[in-house]
Amino acid sequence: MIIASSSSPHIHDRGSPNANRVMVQVLLALVPGLAVLTWFFGWGNFINVIWCSLLAVSLEAAVMRLRKRPVMFYLRDLSAIVTAVLLALAIPPYTPWWASAIGILFAILIAKHLYGGLGYNPFNPAMVGYVVMLLSFPVSMTQWVTPVALLAEGQSVPDLMQAVQIIFTGSTGLDSITSATPLDVLKHNTSLLMPQFYASAPLFTEARFTAVGFEWVNLAFLAGGIWLLYRRVITWHAPVGMLLALALMATIFYDGGSSASKGSALFHLLSGAAMLGAFFIITDPVSGATSNFGRLIFGIGVGLLVFVIRAWGSYPDAVAFAVMLMNFAAPTIDYYTQPRTYGHAKRKHMKLGGGDDS
Amino acid sequence: MRKIWDIHGGIHPPEKKSLSIAQQLQQAPLPDYIYLPLTMHIGAPALPIVSVGEKVLRGQPVAEPSSSFSAYIHASISGTVTEIGSLPVSHPSGLTGMAIRIDSDGLDTPAPTNSVPDYLAAAPRDLLDHIRKAGVVGLGGAGFPTDIKLKPVNPIDTLIINGAECEPYITADHELMRSYAVDVIAGIQLLAHILNQPKRVLVGIEDNKPDAIEALRSAANGTGIEIIEIPTKYPSGGEKQIIQILTGLEVPSGGLPANLGIVVHNPGTALAALRAVREGEPLISRITTFTGEGLTQRGNLHVRIGTPVGALLRHLGADPEQLPRIIFGGPMMGFQMPTPESPILKITNCVLIPAAVPDNRAPVPQPCIRCGACAEACPAQLLPQQLLWFSQARDQEKLNLHNLFDCIECGACAYVCPSSIPLVQYYRASKGEMRDAERERIAADRARIRFETRKQRLEQEAIEREAKRLARAQAAKERQSADGDQDLVAKAMARVAAANKPDASSDARLQIQLQAIDDRIAALAQKRDEAEGEAEKDRLEAEIKTIQAKRERLVLKRQSDSPNEAATDKSS
Repeated sequence: MIIASSSSPHIHDRGSPNANRVMVQVLLALVPGLAVLTWFFGWGNFINVIWCSLLAVSLEAAVMRLRKRPVMFYLRDLSAIVTAVLLALAIPPYTPWWASAIGILFAILIAKHLYGGLGYNPFNPAMVGYVVMLLSFPVSMTQWVTPVALLAEGQSVPDLMQAVQIIFTGSTGLDSITSATPLDVLKHNTSLLMPQFYASAPLFTEARFTAVGFEWVNLAFLAGGIWLLYRRVITWHAPVGMLLALALMATIFYDGGSSASKGSALFHLLSGAAMLGAFFIITDPVSGATSNFGRLIFGIGVGLLVFVIRAWGSYPDAVAFAVMLMNFAAPTIDYYTQPRTYGHAKRKHMKLGGGDDS
Repeated sequence: MRKIWDIHGGIHPPEKKSLSIAQQLQQAPLPDYIYLPLTMHIGAPALPIVSVGEKVLRGQPVAEPSSSFSAYIHASISGTVTEIGSLPVSHPSGLTGMAIRIDSDGLDTPAPTNSVPDYLAAAPRDLLDHIRKAGVVGLGGAGFPTDIKLKPVNPIDTLIINGAECEPYITADHELMRSYAVDVIAGIQLLAHILNQPKRVLVGIEDNKPDAIEALRSAANGTGIEIIEIPTKYPSGGEKQIIQILTGLEVPSGGLPANLGIVVHNPGTALAALRAVREGEPLISRITTFTGEGLTQRGNLHVRIGTPVGALLRHLGADPEQLPRIIFGGPMMGFQMPTPESPILKITNCVLIPAAVPDNRAPVPQPCIRCGACAEACPAQLLPQQLLWFSQARDQEKLNLHNLFDCIECGACAYVCPSSIPLVQYYRASKGEMRDAERERIAADRARIRFETRKQRLEQEAIEREAKRLARAQAAKERQSADGDQDLVAKAMARVAAANKPDASSDARLQIQLQAIDDRIAALAQKRDEAEGEAEKDRLEAEIKTIQAKRERLVLKRQSDSPNEAATDKSS
C-alpha cells in the first residue's frame, strides 16, 4: 500500500478560484479600462502594459532564480503581471520606457521581493513603483495627452507605431497634444465659481458627466470592479468605504460651488485613479487589512486621504500616497478589528493602548 | 416552524452522498478476529478483565472503566482472547496501542443479557448504570462516554439530537435514521426520560436527507419531539454549530453545551442507549459507510466493532493492499489509517477510499496572499490567515489572542484556500506545541511551588528545633535550681577524680561506682515520677531496673572477691 501522508481535509475546492485564477480574473476585469484608455488617449497605455509585463516577468524570473526557487511555479501565479499592468494603467499613457522600467524595478525587486515575495510585501508594489516614478520624474508623470474628442482639426492621438516611437525613442511629437488633467485644472482654479468653471473649458462642456475621457475611463474601471465583486474575487468593503469617504468629503467641501470649492462628489469619483484605486489597488489583500470590517476602515482611510491630498496637497492625484499611508496602518487596523469569535462575548483587544500587545 | 439561525461561514463541498446511500444496508460478514483498542472513547483507557487464552462470548465485557471517566468494552464476537498488548488501534498517529485480540470461534454465541423492558418507568440512575455497563459512547465522532453526558451538572432544558451529518460522503446516520426511525425516536425518548424531560427535544437534520426527515417525522408524531430541517452546509453538524443553528445560542469559549442547559447527542447514540436498556445489548456493532471513488462496491454496512477494515474492504471486492489510502471519517475531518489491519472503532462512521493518486493528491501550497477566503468560510469567525502567520512564527501569545483554541479543525479554511495551504495542519501543530508549553509551564510552576514550600518547611523546622532546644535548656536549668543540686557536675568530676587516683584501692573504686549508680537511680526515679505519658514512664522504669541489676552485680562482686583487683577492674 502506498502511504501518501496526508492530513484532513482530504479534499480541496476545485471550483473556487485558486491564486492564479484570482489574478486572471483581475486582469480580465482591467480590460475595459485599458480599452477606454486606448480609445481616448491612443495606444500609449497598451504599449506600457506590454512593456511593463515583459519586464516584470523577467525580473520575477531572475529573482526566483537568485532565490533558488522553482521559476515556473512562481511565475504561474501571475502576480508580477498584475503589478505590472496596474502600474502601466496608472501612469500617463506616453510615459517613456526608462521611467516605467524604474517603476517596475522598484515594484518587483524592492517592494515585493526584498520583503519576501508574494504575500509578504507590506506595501502595494505597483503603488511603490508609481510613487518612485512620480517623485523622480514629475514632468513625465504629469504629462497627459488631450483626449481624442477634444483634439483640434488635423490633430490626432499617436497611432501604434508613433506611440512606440514616443515611448521608446522619446521623439517629441507629443508636446502639441498634451494638456492638464481635470484634477490639475481644478487645482489651479482660484477665481471661477464652479458653474463657470465647468463652463470654461471644452474638457467639461463636452463631457457627459464630468470630464471628457477621464469619466469613461473611471466608469470602465467601475464596471470591471463590479464584475470582480460579482465573481466574489473581492469584497465590497474596501471600495465602498473609499468611494463613500471620498464622496462625503467632496460634498462637505463643495462649498456651495464657490471659487474655493474642491469639486463635486461626482467629479472626484470619476477623476484620476479613483475607480482604479477603489477596485484594483486597495483590494490588494496582501498589503490591505484582513477582516471585512478592517477593509471597510482601510477603504475609508484611503478615501479620506485621497481627498485631503487632492484638495490641499501639492500633487493633483493622491491614490498612490493614500494607499501607501494606509498600508502602514493595516497591521494596526487588523489588530483592532479582529472579529468576535464564536463563543466569545466581545471583540478582543478593543482597549486602546494595546496593553496586551507585548 | 421553529426559527433557525445561520452559522458564520461554512462551505458547500460536493456532497457525494449518493455514492453510498442508494444501496440497502448490509450485514457485514462475521470477522475471523477483532482488535479491541482500550481507548475507543474520550477519557481514561479501559482495563482488561480477561486474560490470554480465555473464552469469551459475544457481548461479554472484556475491559472495564479505569475511572469514572472511561468506558466498558465488550467482545463483539465469541471466541478466544489470543493477545493483549500493542496492536493496531486505528489511532490518527498511525502508532499501535494497547488492545485485546479475540479470534472468532465462528459460533457467535451470545452472553446472557440483562434488559429493562419497561425502561420509561425505571429510575434514571439505574438506566444510566445500564448504559454505562453497555459501553455506550457518543457515536458521532468524539466517543464521549454517554452516561457522563447524561448526568450533567447543570439542569438541562434542551436535548438536541444531531442528525445533520454534514460531512460529504458519509451516510451512516442517514441510513440509521431512515431504517430505524421508530427505535431512534424511542431512544430519544429514553434520553429525555433520563434527563428529566427537557422542555425542548430538537432533532436537526440537513435537508439533503428528505427520506430520513420523513421517517422520523412520522415516528415522532405526537411525542413532542421536533424534527427540524436545516439547510445543507458544512459544518452544520459541529456540536457548537448545530446548537447555534437550532437555538441561536453560542457555547461559551472553553465551556460546555451544558452551561447553556443543552445536551447534544447523535441519533446512533440514542439507538445504542435504547438497545442497551431495552434489550440489554452492549455496544458491539455500528453502521459504517464504505464509500469513495476508490471503491466499486459502496454502501452502509452493519459491522462488528473491532473488525479490521481490510476484511471489510475485501468483502466489498477491493484489495486493501492496492488501495492508495484508507481514511476513517469523512473527507473534511477524517484520519488516514496506516494499515488495513486498523479496526473499526465505536466512533468510525465512515471508511473513505479516495480515487487513486495523482488525481486526489493535495496540491502544492502557494504563498498566502491574505485573500481572506478562509475567514469567510470559518464557522468560528476566526482569522485563519492571521493564525497561519502566527503559527509559522510560533507566536503563541498572538495565537492565543486570536483564539486558536476556538478552532474546531473543520477544515473549511483549507478547503477554500486558493493557495492550497494545509491550514488545519498548521493549527494542529501549533495547538500541540501550545499544550506542551502549557504543560511545561504547569510543571515548572509546580516544581517552583514545591521547592519554595520545602524551603519554607525546612526553615520552619529549624526555628522549631531551636525553640525546643532553648525550652529544654531552660527546663533543665529550672529543674536544677529547684533541686538545689547545681553542683551535680562538680560531684561527678570529684568521683571521677577519686576513682582515677592511682593509689585508690579497688574496693574504694567499687564504692565510688556504687555511689554513682545510686545517684543515677535516684535521678531516674525522680524523672520517672515527673514524666508524662505511660510509655516514657515504662522506659525510665526499665532503665532503672537495668541499672539496679548492674548494682546487684557490683555488690556481689565486692563481697565475693575483693582481693582480685584484676577481676574487679574487668567488671568495672
